Amino acid sequence: MNLYVSPSPHIHSGDSISKNMYGVLIALIPAFLVSLYFFGLGALVVTLVSVASCLLFEFLIQKFLMKKEPTLWDGSAILTGVLLAFNLPSNLPVWIIVIGALVAIGIGKMSFGGLGNNIFNPALVGRIFLLISFPAQMTTWPVPEVMSMNYTDVETGATILTLIKDGTGAELPSYVQMLTGDRAGSLGEVGAIALVLGLLFMLWRKIITWHIPVSILATVAAFTGIMYAVDPTQYANPLVHLLSGGLLLGAIFMATDYVTSPLSKAGMIVYGIGIGLLTSVIRLWGSYPEGMSFAIFIMNAFTPLINSYIKPKHFGGN
Amino acid sequence: MAKLKSTLPNMLLSLTLICLFAAGVLATVNMQTAGPIAAAKAAALENAIKEVTPEFDNSPLADAYRAVTSDGDSLVIYPALKGGEPVGVAVESFTMNGFSGEIRVIVGFDTEGKILNYSVLQHAETPGLGSKMQEWFRTDKNRQSVIGRSLAAGNLTVAKDGGDVDAITASTITSRAFLQTLNRAYSAYKGTDAGTGATAATDAVTEATEAAEATETTETTESTEKGGENE
Amino acid sequence: MSNLKTLTNGILKENPVFVLLLGMCPTLGTTSSAINGMSMGLATMFVLICSNAVISLLKNLIPDQVRIPAYIVVIATFVTVVQMCMEAFVPALYASLGLFIPLIVVNCIVLGRAEAFAAKNKVLPSIFDGIGIGLGFTLALTLLGATREFLGTGKLFSLTLMPEEYGSLIFVLAPGAFIALGYLIAIVNKLRKA
Repeated sequence: MNLYVSPSPHIHSGDSISKNMYGVLIALIPAFLVSLYFFGLGALVVTLVSVASCLLFEFLIQKFLMKKEPTLWDGSAILTGVLLAFNLPSNLPVWIIVIGALVAIGIGKMSFGGLGNNIFNPALVGRIFLLISFPAQMTTWPVPEVMSMNYTDVETGATILTLIKDGTGAELPSYVQMLTGDRAGSLGEVGAIALVLGLLFMLWRKIITWHIPVSILATVAAFTGIMYAVDPTQYANPLVHLLSGGLLLGAIFMATDYVTSPLSKAGMIVYGIGIGLLTSVIRLWGSYPEGMSFAIFIMNAFTPLINSYIKPKHFGGN
Repeated sequence: MAKLKSTLPNMLLSLTLICLFAAGVLATVNMQTAGPIAAAKAAALENAIKEVTPEFDNSPLADAYRAVTSDGDSLVIYPALKGGEPVGVAVESFTMNGFSGEIRVIVGFDTEGKILNYSVLQHAETPGLGSKMQEWFRTDKNRQSVIGRSLAAGNLTVAKDGGDVDAITASTITSRAFLQTLNRAYSAYKGTDAGTGATAATDAVTEATEAAEATETTETTESTEKGGENE
Repeated sequence: MSNLKTLTNGILKENPVFVLLLGMCPTLGTTSSAINGMSMGLATMFVLICSNAVISLLKNLIPDQVRIPAYIVVIATFVTVVQMCMEAFVPALYASLGLFIPLIVVNCIVLGRAEAFAAKNKVLPSIFDGIGIGLGFTLALTLLGATREFLGTGKLFSLTLMPEEYGSLIFVLAPGAFIALGYLIAIVNKLRKA
């Protein structure tokens, strides 16, 4: 077995797993408030069920299958639960959320050996599993209804990307609606401004660097921009692509997961460009309207390869 | 007995004998199974025709003919006659626009162009999604069912495209493709006279009609031969 | 090695799917339901027994340098026989498995047993080896098929055990085949060590 040690200096910054995890959770608060405002009770139920079942499965598997002391409160299971919930429609039945949490923690994380050993982002494993398993429930999105007290019984509508893919010329939501989050979609992906606030917070606290989110967003903007310039009647403009679907949520919170993204700055940019390209290609020509989760998933698989080709430079080396 | 050495004559002889023997076995099995295979295929087709047309007393397989669709393709039509009078037809239609390629459907029309029933003969759609079309479009719920609809008024389209048929949940592509097979089937059927298969005067391009008539003759003879073999 | 031991060897200790990891293509491709998995297993078992017997009989008549083509011809003959019989007498099954039947020819289990066992042993042990490995393969495919069918559609051998809408579609599709196989291998390994 090869052990990779990242080059010196090894200065301990006082960071710990839980400090970073709770930092990310704080950064997710604005987006959560937006989803509570637009989806009401549904958003709350889905998030609580998801977090609770992630914690439960983490505890059960660590205690009884792996037979070691459960590390329940390092924040990683809570984060997986929140991110999974953010990727789901707010009217999803409870039993589907529980299956998603079992898959995310059981298959996505623990089967690989627990935190730090997983190849794929656990929340994404859960989401993609559910998307393929329950396509009907996973693609009916509730329409925002301010402070709604309904859970499963809500009016549903199409997301921006589905409207574009269907090509029926239906009117898209306005940019203001896209920025605030007043549109159909998964509960955490709708509020663009809230997600960017989260990004700024994480940059300020140095929880993540700018490389991954910016390279993803720039690639998508460039790629869809070129296609828009080629044929504006067939392709949506790049701003719509940047603000729609799970792009911001994915670029800021899902792709930047420490365990499953490259270590070096150059590697992060390669990884980000890959995600941006794959997302654009799936959105424009794939059969699914949204490709963000598949793109991150595929690039997660490339992360070890990127790490072995693009190693961080030694301090003072050239 | 000692093992044969790998000399050229030995190798040639050994392989030739094995191949000859294998060919003999396969020829025998082929002779035994060719009949049942053809019979099974014909029976499957005849069952499908029975399922989608009213009761008939002719042999639709023997009376089959080809007709052109509005987009220039040609489809096989099996007329159902009762006492010499046409009661309906079964049209074998297909499209390549499914989510995973080809979808083959047999659909029955009555003499007025109303859909009596349909049966999906072959498809490679996603199980649990597109594969629901076998049941979906005959379930009498909301605007799902296509049974009893007349295509004389115009093509069927899914609600998303401005039509009045509800698409299968999360399988719009399959639904579109499926309705396309029905539309193609009708466009082939409406240009012909149900009883004889003679091409009635339509607005179809003359060239296409001629081409179809040419293939029609050969196809009919082939089907007749097949039918004869089964009896 | 006694014939009985040869027979049981293939079922657990040298199970072709769970232990030897051979024949993954039909294993993953045909196990969308228990009945499909079992039929594929039985078809492979038939080919395996016949080809093992014939190759064991002919082993001294086949010069070493041309043994692989000779084996392939023998195996392909039996596969074609299975295919024709299936199409003639069970057309419904043929419709769902048809694509995979010809692939038995290149199933490494069949050629592997011909090379590793039948070419070195007498006819009777070879037949028993064919039965054992074939049974192991059939069991594995049936188990995998049953797991996928139950998790995917809530049915078992087409018998509804839970409402279909609770099934996770992914298990009927290709990714679910890999996931289910992975966990079954893990469980079998755990059982073998215990």
